[in-house]
Amino acid sequence: MANLYLLTVEILTAALGLGLLALGLLVPKSDRRGIGYVAAAGLAGLMVAAFSMRDASGVVLGGYVIDPFGTYFKILFLAAALLTAVCSFDYVEKMGFNQGEYYALLVLATLGMMVLASSGELISLYLGLELMTITFCILAAYHLNDAKSAEAGIKYVLLGAMSSAILLYGLSLVYGASGSTVIKQIGQTVAASGASPALLLGTIFLLAGFAFKVTAVPFHMWSPDVYEGAPTPVTGFLSVASKAAGFAALVRVFFGALPDLHNFWVQLFIALAVLTMVLGNLVAIPQTNIKRLLAYSSISQAGYLLLGVVSFSVLGIGAIMYYAMLYVFGNMGAFMAATAFYNTEGSDEIKDYAGLARRSPLVAAVMLFSLLSLAGIPPMAGFVGKFYLFMSIISRGYIWLAILGILMSMVSVYYYLLVAKAMYLGNPPEGSRPVRVAPGLQVAMVVSLLVLFILGIYPTPLTDYAMNSAMSFFMP
Amino acid sequence: MNFPILTAIMLAPVVGLLLILLIPEREELTIKITAAVATFVSLVLAILAYVLFDHGRGGLQFLQDITWVPAFGINYSVGVDGMSMPMVLLTAIVIFTGVFASWDMTKRVKEFFIFLLMLVTGVFGVFISRDLFFFYLFFEVAVIPMYLLIGIWGSTRKEYAAMKLTLYLLVGSAFALIGIIATFLYGAQQLGHATFDIQTLATVKYDLGFQKFVFFLMLIGFGVLVPIWPLHLWSPDGHVAAPTAVSMLHAGVLMKLGAYGLIRVGVFLFPEGAKYWAPLIAVLCIVNVVYGAMIAMVQKDLKFVIGYSSVSHMGYVLLGIAALNTLSLNGAVAQMFAHGIMTALFFALVGNVYHKAHTREIARFGGLAHQMPRVAAGFLIGGLASLGLPGLNNFVAEFLIFMGSFTREQSLLGGLLSYRILSIMAISGIVITATYVLRVVKNTFFGPRKTEWDHLEDAHGVEMVPIVVLVATLILFGLLPSLQIDMINSGIAPLVAKIEAAKAIGGIF
Repeated sequence: MANLYLLTVEILTAALGLGLLALGLLVPKSDRRGIGYVAAAGLAGLMVAAFSMRDASGVVLGGYVIDPFGTYFKILFLAAALLTAVCSFDYVEKMGFNQGEYYALLVLATLGMMVLASSGELISLYLGLELMTITFCILAAYHLNDAKSAEAGIKYVLLGAMSSAILLYGLSLVYGASGSTVIKQIGQTVAASGASPALLLGTIFLLAGFAFKVTAVPFHMWSPDVYEGAPTPVTGFLSVASKAAGFAALVRVFFGALPDLHNFWVQLFIALAVLTMVLGNLVAIPQTNIKRLLAYSSISQAGYLLLGVVSFSVLGIGAIMYYAMLYVFGNMGAFMAATAFYNTEGSDEIKDYAGLARRSPLVAAVMLFSLLSLAGIPPMAGFVGKFYLFMSIISRGYIWLAILGILMSMVSVYYYLLVAKAMYLGNPPEGSRPVRVAPGLQVAMVVSLLVLFILGIYPTPLTDYAMNSAMSFFMP
Repeated sequence: MNFPILTAIMLAPVVGLLLILLIPEREELTIKITAAVATFVSLVLAILAYVLFDHGRGGLQFLQDITWVPAFGINYSVGVDGMSMPMVLLTAIVIFTGVFASWDMTKRVKEFFIFLLMLVTGVFGVFISRDLFFFYLFFEVAVIPMYLLIGIWGSTRKEYAAMKLTLYLLVGSAFALIGIIATFLYGAQQLGHATFDIQTLATVKYDLGFQKFVFFLMLIGFGVLVPIWPLHLWSPDGHVAAPTAVSMLHAGVLMKLGAYGLIRVGVFLFPEGAKYWAPLIAVLCIVNVVYGAMIAMVQKDLKFVIGYSSVSHMGYVLLGIAALNTLSLNGAVAQMFAHGIMTALFFALVGNVYHKAHTREIARFGGLAHQMPRVAAGFLIGGLASLGLPGLNNFVAEFLIFMGSFTREQSLLGGLLSYRILSIMAISGIVITATYVLRVVKNTFFGPRKTEWDHLEDAHGVEMVPIVVLVATLILFGLLPSLQIDMINSGIAPLVAKIEAAKAIGGIF
């Protein structure tokens, strides 16, 4: 009998998702706003449950691994989902369409990510990935009357399917070469028998497949269009949580199954990281739409996270985990501000942000400090995260890579400051109204701002948690 | 003494900032008074610490340690020695007078003082940190508020200048960051435990190649801020565009962060690296001195004159660092202080004139001493300090620097050049300085009365605070240099001991 207690969080998440779906059918149309509140409350409760299980570890059904590493990411997904849900209240109501489904899909996507982060076996990993991808396809196309949203959905379906196919091909090659789908056993086989051409080919396909999911250049092409077209809260969720899930699975597969080949794949990741950091940052500069800007910035963020993979060390994994958590609050902060602005103004153009600091100091401040955190400027938390990431690669001797990374993050300051310039230096247009923000969203924005400040000034609790979880990953 | 006086100096502006956040925007006077009180608290505490500092004992004092991130050996540890104490005092004086120099501010007052106090918190933090992580963290904290301060409240090409300055500083700090992380990792390997403590890292034996490499990174990183030629391009634009208080803080204190970082982190941790690169610094600093002064001579805008004179004067600081002996380093630190006060005075006065006349074009002025005798007197004293008149603070500092570098016997470029020749060239900078300063004073303040400026009011009321405080400081330390030099020397002594203990190696050329 499998130890189902270990699966508490997953089971409850599935129950919440299905429950919301049912609730959506039962509640009359006029009361559907309440479903959002139920979803948010449920996600908050799940976060508490996941946090209480943070030290649990064990293997369920031979291939599903519960460990602090996976649980850390579950908390991260739930935090992102919670912020997204709060962010969606007004936005979805405005779309006026099937709110129950929206929140149910959000929760089910979260479930997919959880499975992805926890599976120690290739088939269930793929299952989690598909659950996540398919729900996101629907969410991306949720704006029924918006052609851009439909385009986003289709693009995500096509390219998502392609990347899944590439990944699946890689998985099957790895299985063929090692004779097992359990990550741990693959690791043992590879250690014993060494690399075969099929295995190396499989590694390359796996790398390409994951690179799609984490939007690493040159596998990033889908992301700007999808990010621009999808409903803003969904874009936020997609950019933080699905990326973090991709990294969780990537680390599990590459560090768990293929550590003996690291001399080979680290080289490939270096190439990916360099391309991602350079291209993501440079292309972000001319963007005029806040969502596209954030899309390219989020590509570049994937580049920094890849540095942790390149370092191939506990420090690197810890740094990825730390940075991924802050990235949730930094990026969601920016997206929440963008959503609040969109709710009043109906625009995502940066030039329309002119004088926002005069019209709504809170929204402007949240946007500014979230962007600064993404840029890695102290005292925001992003600085500490980048500090760890750069430390992890310098400790492996890649000083040139660190110099490149830091210079690129200084480039990013430039385009983040262009937004700041519009908000603070520009003058509000004649007759403009203050931007009104719903109380729930206000609270969420203030909370994420506080998290960024507090963890930037006193990073110890999260550092210890992330580093210990990373350690547990190496010592099962 | 258990009262954490340094932390209190740093946190006073933070408390002020939080209070200002709560004050409604239209209560402008309340906001200004809050800012003044917060910086006054810092100033009083800084003077207290300065007086209580025991230079007989030397070393770091007023220590406070709090474990911060044990996993990486990061501690919140503060303390000042004879080198950083004057810098803390300088910062406190400049920000306090800076608040009064912005008393006329009417545009978005609340935000202005919030960002200004944020900026100064970072500056205080750098000078009191003994931990490299916090050192860098505070260093960066200062940058973004500056962007907004210049971008929103500046003048002449403000958006361009603000962005240029921010990018220069950030790219520079990127190099410093690499150097810091590399040092930390090297230290952790040698010591067997992770630490960011500067004193502990100074006990590590770094090999020569590493020293050369990391010192070079630091030279670029901190050199941008100094600003060392040819990395100075941001500075005149930045000074000119910035609002008065920010120019004061910027030229008065922020440039010193660069020189301070170069000494505290660069020279102290990597004495051999410093010896290797010293000739390069020495040659570049002469360009700073002479070229900066020449450019200052042809400027038409009062603020540009002061901006380029800062480039020129910071060259002396660099010369003091490059000569690497007791006299010259004492002089370098003293010059940092003296120049900080002097340039803050200049910017306060120019700000005062600009606020009333709405122009800074020297050619349009003349005879302003008739309308603004107090401003003219202040400007003249600042000018005399600038050209190194004995009796004022700058003379002491420059004298020490020239003594130090002149007595250093080392030939460069195979005997073609020596520190002696460089010193003589640097001293010639004083002559050029005298020329442009006196010309500006003459063309702006002296000469026949121009009726067009009769509506200008002389400085009065709170506007007098910066003038009085800054002039008094210049005279006090000019007449009683021992108040300053004894303290600085107690901080420089261990540094020089370390330099002398280091292997004698040839310079880069």
